[in-house]
This record gives sequence, structure tokens and C-alpha cells, in this order.
Amino acid sequence: MFYRTHVLVEMTSSSVAFGAAQVKEALEREIERVGLKNEVKVLETGSFGASLPSPFVVIYPDNVIYAPLRVQDVRRVVEEHLLKGRVVRELMLAGGLEWKTSEFAFPFPLAKETRVVLRNSGFIDPLNIEDYIARDGYMALAKVLTEMTPQEVIEVIKRSNLLGRGGAGFPTGLKWEFTYKAEGQEKYVVCNADEGEPGTFKDRLILEGDPHSILEAMAIAGYAVGAREGYIYVRAEYPQSIRHLEEAIRQAGEYGFLGENILGSQFSFWVKIRKGAGAYVCGEETALLESIEGKRGEPRVKPPYPPQKGLWGKPTVINNVETLANIPPIILRGPEWFKSIGTPTCPGTKVFTLTGNVNNLGLIEVPMGITLRELIFEIGGGVRGGHGLKLVQTGGPSGGTMTPDLLDVPMTFDTLPKYNSALGSGALTVVDDTHCIVDVVKSFGEFFLHESCGKCTPCRIGNKRIVEILEKISEGKGTLDHLEELLHLGRNMKMTAFCGLGQAAPNPLLRCLEFFREEFETHVKEKVCPAGTCQLKSLQRTVR
Amino acid sequence: MAKTLKEMEKAKEKANLVTIYLDGKEAKVPEGITILEACRMEGFHVPTLCYMEGLSSWGGCRICVVEVEGQPNLVASCVTPVREGMKIRLSSRAVREARKTNLELLLSNHPLDCQLCDRNGSCELQELAYEFGVREIRFGGERKTYAVDMSSPSVKRDANRCILCGRCVRTCREVQSVCAIDFANRGFDTFISPSLGLPLGESVCINCGQCILACPTGALSEVSHVEMVWDAIEDPGKFVVLQTAPAVRVSIGEPFGLPAGTVTTGKMVAAFRRLGFDRVFDTNFTADLTIIEEGHEFIGRVKKGGKLPLITSCSPGWIKFMEHFYPELMENVSTCKSPQQMFGAIAKTYYAQKMGIDPKDMVVVSIMPCTAKKFECQRDEMCASGYQDVDFSLTTREAARMLKEKGIRLEEMPEENFDDPLGISTGAAAVFGATGGVMEAALRSVYEISTGKTLEKLDFYQVRGLDGVKEASLEINGMEVNVAVAHGLGNARRLLDQVKAGNSKYHFIEIMACPGGCIGGGGQPIPTNLEIRMKRIAAIYEVDKNLPLRKSHENPAIKKLYEEFLGEPNGEKAHHLLHTHYMPRERI
Amino acid sequence: MEESLYREIEEIIEKYREEETPLLCVLQEVQEKFHYLPRNVLGYIAKKMNVPSSTVYGVATFYSFFETNPVGEYVIRVCKSTPCHVQGAFNVLQALKRELGLKEGETSKDGKFTLEVTSCLGVCGVAPAMMINDVTYGNLNDERVREILALYRR
Repeated sequence: MFYRTHVLVEMTSSSVAFGAAQVKEALEREIERVGLKNEVKVLETGSFGASLPSPFVVIYPDNVIYAPLRVQDVRRVVEEHLLKGRVVRELMLAGGLEWKTSEFAFPFPLAKETRVVLRNSGFIDPLNIEDYIARDGYMALAKVLTEMTPQEVIEVIKRSNLLGRGGAGFPTGLKWEFTYKAEGQEKYVVCNADEGEPGTFKDRLILEGDPHSILEAMAIAGYAVGAREGYIYVRAEYPQSIRHLEEAIRQAGEYGFLGENILGSQFSFWVKIRKGAGAYVCGEETALLESIEGKRGEPRVKPPYPPQKGLWGKPTVINNVETLANIPPIILRGPEWFKSIGTPTCPGTKVFTLTGNVNNLGLIEVPMGITLRELIFEIGGGVRGGHGLKLVQTGGPSGGTMTPDLLDVPMTFDTLPKYNSALGSGALTVVDDTHCIVDVVKSFGEFFLHESCGKCTPCRIGNKRIVEILEKISEGKGTLDHLEELLHLGRNMKMTAFCGLGQAAPNPLLRCLEFFREEFETHVKEKVCPAGTCQLKSLQRTVR
Repeated sequence: MAKTLKEMEKAKEKANLVTIYLDGKEAKVPEGITILEACRMEGFHVPTLCYMEGLSSWGGCRICVVEVEGQPNLVASCVTPVREGMKIRLSSRAVREARKTNLELLLSNHPLDCQLCDRNGSCELQELAYEFGVREIRFGGERKTYAVDMSSPSVKRDANRCILCGRCVRTCREVQSVCAIDFANRGFDTFISPSLGLPLGESVCINCGQCILACPTGALSEVSHVEMVWDAIEDPGKFVVLQTAPAVRVSIGEPFGLPAGTVTTGKMVAAFRRLGFDRVFDTNFTADLTIIEEGHEFIGRVKKGGKLPLITSCSPGWIKFMEHFYPELMENVSTCKSPQQMFGAIAKTYYAQKMGIDPKDMVVVSIMPCTAKKFECQRDEMCASGYQDVDFSLTTREAARMLKEKGIRLEEMPEENFDDPLGISTGAAAVFGATGGVMEAALRSVYEISTGKTLEKLDFYQVRGLDGVKEASLEINGMEVNVAVAHGLGNARRLLDQVKAGNSKYHFIEIMACPGGCIGGGGQPIPTNLEIRMKRIAAIYEVDKNLPLRKSHENPAIKKLYEEFLGEPNGEKAHHLLHTHYMPRERI
Repeated sequence: MEESLYREIEEIIEKYREEETPLLCVLQEVQEKFHYLPRNVLGYIAKKMNVPSSTVYGVATFYSFFETNPVGEYVIRVCKSTPCHVQGAFNVLQALKRELGLKEGETSKDGKFTLEVTSCLGVCGVAPAMMINDVTYGNLNDERVREILALYRR
């Protein structure tokens, strides 16, 4: 059936939280009422990918965006725009966002945005494989299976210098090569979709908006390393991602992109979903493997690394969702194209999620090397309420703390460590200057206290002691010695924790103790909270 | 798996060597071993807590951290393999400071009442705190508190003292394959929990006590019978009879500073006599009796086409393990009671009658290398005399503590003999204390009883030693008899699964729950490690070699017991007093 | 426990018979059925799956989405990670506590609601956020908390 117009409704967990489902229902109801049912089709899509208001509705091919579209305004849009062809200007997306046509077919990306990973997100119905196929979906897999040897695939990925997007930035091609070279008949591909770093939700939007891209990439990885089976480990907090993946796996099987003898080749590959159960530490790759193996999610001793001994002791390549989403375009367009984006040492794009006290919350895909200033003040629309910027936590609590003096540092895997920070998962949590530093650091500490697996001493007991000391400080019982103890505990955890997560946990504490030393000292010396948001201030008020 | 020095030496002969630098000293060590193993080979001491020989490495305590040049973080030496050219600093300021901090963190969540702890003096945490010069705990804060779990008849759990090193969990899983305990909860709330959060007494715990030997602190210890034994000794109305197990005489010297492997039989007898027992007897007497009963049971099964292989029943940990995990093999297991229980039954009948003592006034105390014996003596079936046959069972550790409490110095004791007649025994009984010993003793008697010929070589070297599973065969009356021996229940599973599958080639199998047999039992002095186990085993065979009689059926006191009291081996009276039955248990 | 419940558990285990190490899958599905994982259910799963019950218990208590104690029909998980924290998660938690009359970790007397705090739910774009069973709600404030709770109180 041919429809003259498509109404695309962004349907992600966050849009649903805003009532997108009700808006979609209302649209369908109204369209039927005015008799356009055979001409206009309402479609759910994944994320439109930018820092956009929600519910977000696009009329295609008119390229008109209504956002936020409230249920009570649906009737007007249907009657005016769809029936009479008159755009309802006052309901259109406003706010000075500039739109331009990108190299991709659909003209929505924001200025500065370059879409590789989110190439399909928002433009296709994630529950319809034909939409994906229509946008070159599974072409890369076909190319790999018909024209390339596994070594050639690995070579292409190596040459692209694609660095793992989960946070550590390890070269993906090398991981594949290690796994390819590891001895063993059985090997596995695992997709790490246990996105638990606070402030990060890029993987969720990719899985919700473009699940086939991940399946295709996993099959390519399987072909390259010699695996017949793949597992996607998705956190339990993402039920919609799981539903979309399940449907995508079913359809891919039906179309012969997964299963026995894919596209008539000798290559067979299956993908299964494993659901997490609420444990941040399972984002650590070996803890994730333990979890799939039905155990407590405690990190394993390394070496051996997963490419040698991974899932059920077999060679395993583990890639993050965003990393995998890069694979099909790299295969189709070549490593040189990929390297033309981003910086020479850190090519490609990065999906950043803007969270916290920033005007435009959401996610955006931009070339590597963008600065925080651009991200927060241009794309994010600046700090909420016109307040000053206190800090930006990059990559979640285990990433790094960027203070206002570092706004012009290019955001790449290789530059940030020079500033004791880390790109991590690409989460950006903006904290404005109305917040107390003790309170903010305590919130990081409480996260790790809640999420520490408890295996090693410095993390299990250290985080507890850190939170206790911060509590004392915010209750006005802090001393200068406490600040020394915090430093000592933080450094000890960094130096001796068992896994990467534990070693990274004290990063924000250490950085803030250094940069905001004065504010900490004011808390312990004068028993006053300059920002007035920690308990100390409220205590003071009651005393007065 | 953490390797022993010997294994590493072996590895050194075969493997490629890499050059590393330990505090600047060049060393050539086998590729693939850990930094910690390399240090031990080269004579450097690195402190550890969660590391334990014979278990998989865990790497959680972060005490054994060292500095590797070029690496930003300190690494745990127990899990980090050596690499060519590695430069390792074992005691730089950063290393010392980190170790001390992690130790202080552990101590900040610990009761710090060493004087009140079972392990005062043998606690690894205490020793490290002393070695590291900890004088204050800089990081105070909330301390987790838990109720002490006294539900088990054998093992007391005090989670307050637990430092979550996981050695007990790994021992229970990897050595014993019981998996009665595991980590529960996470983060600061982590604790070690028996199955389903139940009390230990309701779990699949087999009471072997290997977890106690593994525990570096006082979180695990035996349920003490000491006070009850003092009460009995001090009660003038009670006739208190002691039996000492074969393995105790080669280990009880250790708490008194004697080297491991010292045979202290005579001194031990003297010491316990001074403690106030009315008679000091020997479990070895009933070990000989066990061989007669079990030997005849075996011969009978072979003749009559009974259930084979016959599996030994001396180890109460193994028996409970079988009841939980292999109830289908119940009929394979010998119906013979263990020597401890045979002793109780004989003491409260034969000996009581002989002495004219009312068995209700008799208290039978055993000193065992074992914690499962506490459970065994409380089993409902163990009342053949009409009373609980064995009243109290002390571990070697408890017994040593009682001697110390009374100021008895074992090492200064004269040599004395066991009392008659339940103190007379042979070398066959002595070897019960080591893995393979029951089998060896049984073979000596079964051969001679069946064939009527004299066995030329009494020493069955094939069944001795610390290999997990050992086997031997012997021709008896034209029949090739295949026997096998396993110690440690993880090893035993290999044999048991064959029997279960119906493809076992063996006729007779000995199983001991504890690695090394009773000399490595859960009630033995701490430390009990591989090296010490080997020394105790050597001592066991020394006892055997030096005894005039080395075959159970030659024990004159046993012969007399049958003549005067029991009648025939496996006869009606013997059956009533010396044999038992088993019951399947839930696998929770 | 009733015979039929054991049969249901067995069916779930049967469903994953072909899978390797499906313990988490089984626990998740059983919890969906019973709302939480009582001790006898864990013991039964252990036995049927031939996994030590200490392991099953260790796993069930490790992950925060598994409940070994009874919980309400609706489990409310309020995110208190930093992105929500700096957008007012504390006030949301206070509002929920007030509205429900519950503290963290408690279940209402009528067995309807359990209030828990959790780490990041991954919807920071609409912070502060919470999850009620598997539905996510964002942009919370006092008023929205009241509105949303009203939906569940019906």
C-alpha cells in the first residue's frame, strides 16, 4: 500500500515517559476520524538523536517537526496539516535549532552533527527489517560474505583505527585479531549492552532505533573471528531495547541474515539475548561473562583476556553497542572514509549524552575532537537557568571530571587522560554552580557504594569509608584530617582495586579534592556550605 | 591453580625461562607462573591473605600487591603472570603503604578483640597487623555485625570475623565439591552464606571442617566440646574413657612447638592421663576391629555376589556427602561403623560389663583430627549400647588447648602406654590416619584370611601418597581384585561417578573426605598445608613400621574380644553393635 | 507451596533446557511470575537445574533486580545517580516517601507498592526519573509523582 504521507513518532523509553504513546494513539484516532487512514501512515521510530523536546513528531516528506506535541494539539495538526495542508507554525519545533540536509537521505541532523552510528535512528521503523534493508542494511554483511576473507575484514577494521566506544578505547581490530588467532573451534561474539554508567543512554537509543545494525555487525564480527554464536547482554532497565532486539532477531532469521548458511555462504551465525539483572559492574567485560554464565557478576582475573579465554572458557570478542554500530558503514565505505571523520589518532564520531543542568538534554553524534564548550554551550544550549558551570562529569562517575578551565580540550580517547579525565562512554553530566561539591562527590560515592561488587578490599570497604567521611563533612563534623583520609583512600583504590571500574571509581573524588579544595576546606574549617545544597546548610538554617 | 614449590621446580625443568628482576635481583623463572610463585621460588616473602595453595587464585584481598615498572597501578602478585624483563618492586613505599591501607580497611570492619578469639595466636590477620606495624586504624566507620551461627554440630560460623577472602568458599567448592557456602549480597553488604541463607546446620555442609583450616581468621572454628569434657572429668560419678584417633599422635605435638611429623604417642598418652581421664584407650584398637568386620564384609560380598564395589565408611564427612549427593550408592557403602563409633559401642558394652560399670555412668570422649566426628557421634543410630555410644568428640586443637589450660606440657611428658585392653593395636590400624591406609590395612587382612597364606610384602606403596586417586590390584585366590583410593571429595567424585554409571572396574574403594586422609582432617592443628600433611603421613608409616604386629587379624585383644563377647565377625552381635545404616538427605 | 506453582517453575526451566547456564534467565522469569524469589523456590530451582543452592542464593542476592523478600505489586525504583541527583531526585524521593508513607526498601501494608532507590536507569534525558515495574517515567516533580501514583492506585 502506498501512503502519501508518513507521520513519524519518536518512541523511546524517554519519549514514552513524556506520553509519546498517547500522542501516537491520538494521531491514529484523529487520522481515522478525518478519513485519511489509507493515505497517512503513523509510524513509531527510534530516537531522533538530538537534544530535542518530546513527544517528537515528524511529518514526512514535508519535513515538518512538531515538538513537543501534546495530546490536546493532535486534532489541530491532523485537521490543519494533514487534511488541509496548512502547517501549524506555533506547534512547530522552535528554539533556534538550525536544520540542514546531510549526506544521508533524511534531512534532520542538527548542525555539527555527523551521523554514522545513528544513521538510521529516527528514520526507520526499527520493527521493520525492510526499512533497514532499504537503507543499505545487511549490505556490509553481504559484501563481507561474498568478497572478503576474515583476515581482510579484520584488516579493514584495524586500518580504520576504530577504538572501542564502551569507554576504554581499545582498538577494535586488534581485539578481533586476537580472537581470530586464538586457538579453538568454538568462539563467541558478545555485544556489551549493559550500559550502566550514570548519564549514558546512547546504547539504548541505538538498540531501540536501529537494532538490525547491531545484529549485522555481530554477524560480521562472527565471520571475522570464526564464531557461530553471539550474545547480546542487555541491562534489565531497557525493556524496550530487548523487545526491539527480539523482533529484529526474529525478522533477520526470517530473511536469512541470521541462521544457517547466511546468504547461501558457508557461514552460519545465531544471536541470543541475555538480560542483566541490575548490576553496574556487569558492564566490566569479564563480570558480564560471569553473568551470562549464571554467576555473580564479579570481574575475573586478567590475564587471560576474553579473546583467549572468554565465555565458557572459549575465545570471545566483546564489543560495545556503539562500536558495533560503526562496523557496517566502515565495511561499506572503507577505512579511509572513517578516518576522514574525527581526529587522526581517534577517528570517527562519538555519541554524547547531555544530562544534568543543561538546557537541551539528549544525545548527539558528532566527530571526535569536538570541545566541551561546543557541546554544552552550542548544542546543549548552555547551563540551565543561566547559572555558572561548576563541572562536567565525562563518561559517568568512573570517567573524568572536567572543570571550566578545560572547556576547550578536544574530546578524544587520547587527549582527556592528559587532564586526568577520560572520555569513557560519552556521558556528559553538567553540574551548575548552585550545587555543593561535597554533595556532588557524595552522589558519585554513593553510586559506587551501591554498585561495588565487594570482591576486593579497597573498593568494598574503601567506598563505604569515603561516603561516611563525606557524610561527616556535610554534617559539619569534618576535619582537615578527613580530607587527607579521602585523598589516601581514593589513591589507594585507584592503585590497588581489582578491576578497571574500581580503579576509576575515585577519579571524580580525587579531581574535585584538588580543584575544589577551597570549598572542601570551607566545609571543614568554617562548617559552612557556600553553595548551600548539602546537609550542612540546612543544619545551619535550623540552628539559626 | 596455585602451585606448590615442588610443582614449580618441576615446571622449571620443562618450561621456557624468562628473566625477571625482583627488587633488582635477576632471576630466571618458568614462563607462565605468577609473580608470587616466582618470589617464593627465589626466596622472597610476599604477604598474602586470600591466596591459598591448592585453590584457584582469587586476587581479592589486595594484600600481595607489588609494583611493576611501567604499570600505573600496583598488581596483585598472586594473579599476575611474570613476563620477560619484568622489573618488580616488592617493598617500595607505595607497596608498603597500599598493603597497610588495605589491611587497615579490613581491620576497620573487624571486631579487634583478639584475646576473645579462637584463633588468637594462629590468625593471619593478626600476624599481618603485627608485621605491618599497624598501631591505629585510620579509617573508622560502620562495622557489619552478624549473629554467630551455632546451628551446625561441627562448625561454628562467626561472620563478624570474616574478611571475605573466600578461601572457605573455594575450599568447599574446589576441594570438596560440596558448595555448601558461597558469597551472598554485594558490596559492603557481602557476606558468606550457607545454601539459601539457611543456618549452616540445615545446609548440605558435610562437617568436614576443611573450611576451618582454610580460614585465616576466627570466622570459622569447631563447635567446642571442651567444657562438657571438663565437666565429665570433674564429675566423680562418671567413669571417663578416652580414645585417641590414629592421626592425632602425629600432629598434636605441633601446637606445643614440636616439628610437624613428630610421633608423640607415648607423651600424648601420659598427657591425657594427667588431664584426668580414667582410662586412656586407643581408637586404633577399633580400627583393627573395623578391618576384621569390613574385611569379612568384603569377602562375603565377593563370595555371595553382593553389591560391589564395596566402599569404606570410616569418614563421617564422606558418609554425609554420600547421603546428600550419591544416595544411589548407599548399598555400596560398607555397613561398618567408623572406628570411633565401634569404640563407643564396645566400651559401653563389653568393657563396661567387664569392669562392672553401669554404662550410664560411663562417658566416652574421643580426640579426633576431625570435626565431622562431632556430628557422627550425635547421629540417632549411634546408640547401640542403649546410650549415646560416644558422648563427646574433641578435635586435636581442642585437646591441645585443654592440655595447655591445665598447664600440661606435652613435649616434657614421659612415654607411657595405652591402657589395656582397648589400647592394643597393630600397624594396620596406625595407617588409618593417612589416605590409602584403610585400604592397605584391609588388603593385608583380606589376603591372609581369604588365602590362608602369609603376605610377603606388607607395604602397598601404590595406595600411599597424595595423588588424588590411586589404584592397585592384587591377586587373591585367582581373582584379580582391583582397588582404588580417593581423598578429598572432589577427587572422590571421579570414582563415584564411574560406580554410578555402572562402569567402575573396582571391587573395593576407600574414600576419605579430607585431603591426605585424617592427618589432614578439619580438626587438625592450624596450619595444615601440603608440606605438613606430607610430614604427618611419613610419621604415620613410621608408627606402622615400628610396631611388632602389622596386621589387624593378629591383634590379640581383638581375637579375645570375639572369643569373649562378639562371637563371629559379621555375626549377630557384631551386626547389632558394629554396623549401621544410612539415609538419603535433601540436596539443599 | 502449591503443586501447580512447582509445575510452572519446571516449565520455565524446561524452556531453557537447550541454553547453556541459563540461571539468570530462569530467575528472571520465575520472579516475573511470583514477584519475588522465596527461599523454597530458589531451592527448587537449584535442585531442578542441578546448580548448588548456595550458588543460586549468591546470584539471587547479588543483582539488585532480584528480590528474595516479598515486594509489592508495583516496585518503584527511583534513580539517584548524579544526573538525576542534580536535577532534583532528592525531592522526588521525598515526594514518593510522603505520598506512599514508606521509607526506602519498605513495602506498603496493602502489598501494592515497594519503594527502592536504584542506580542510573539510562533515561537521563528526562531526569529525574523512576521506573515502576518495567515502565519508565521521567521529568518528575511533586505533581507528576502524584499523577503517576494515581494511575496505579486505581
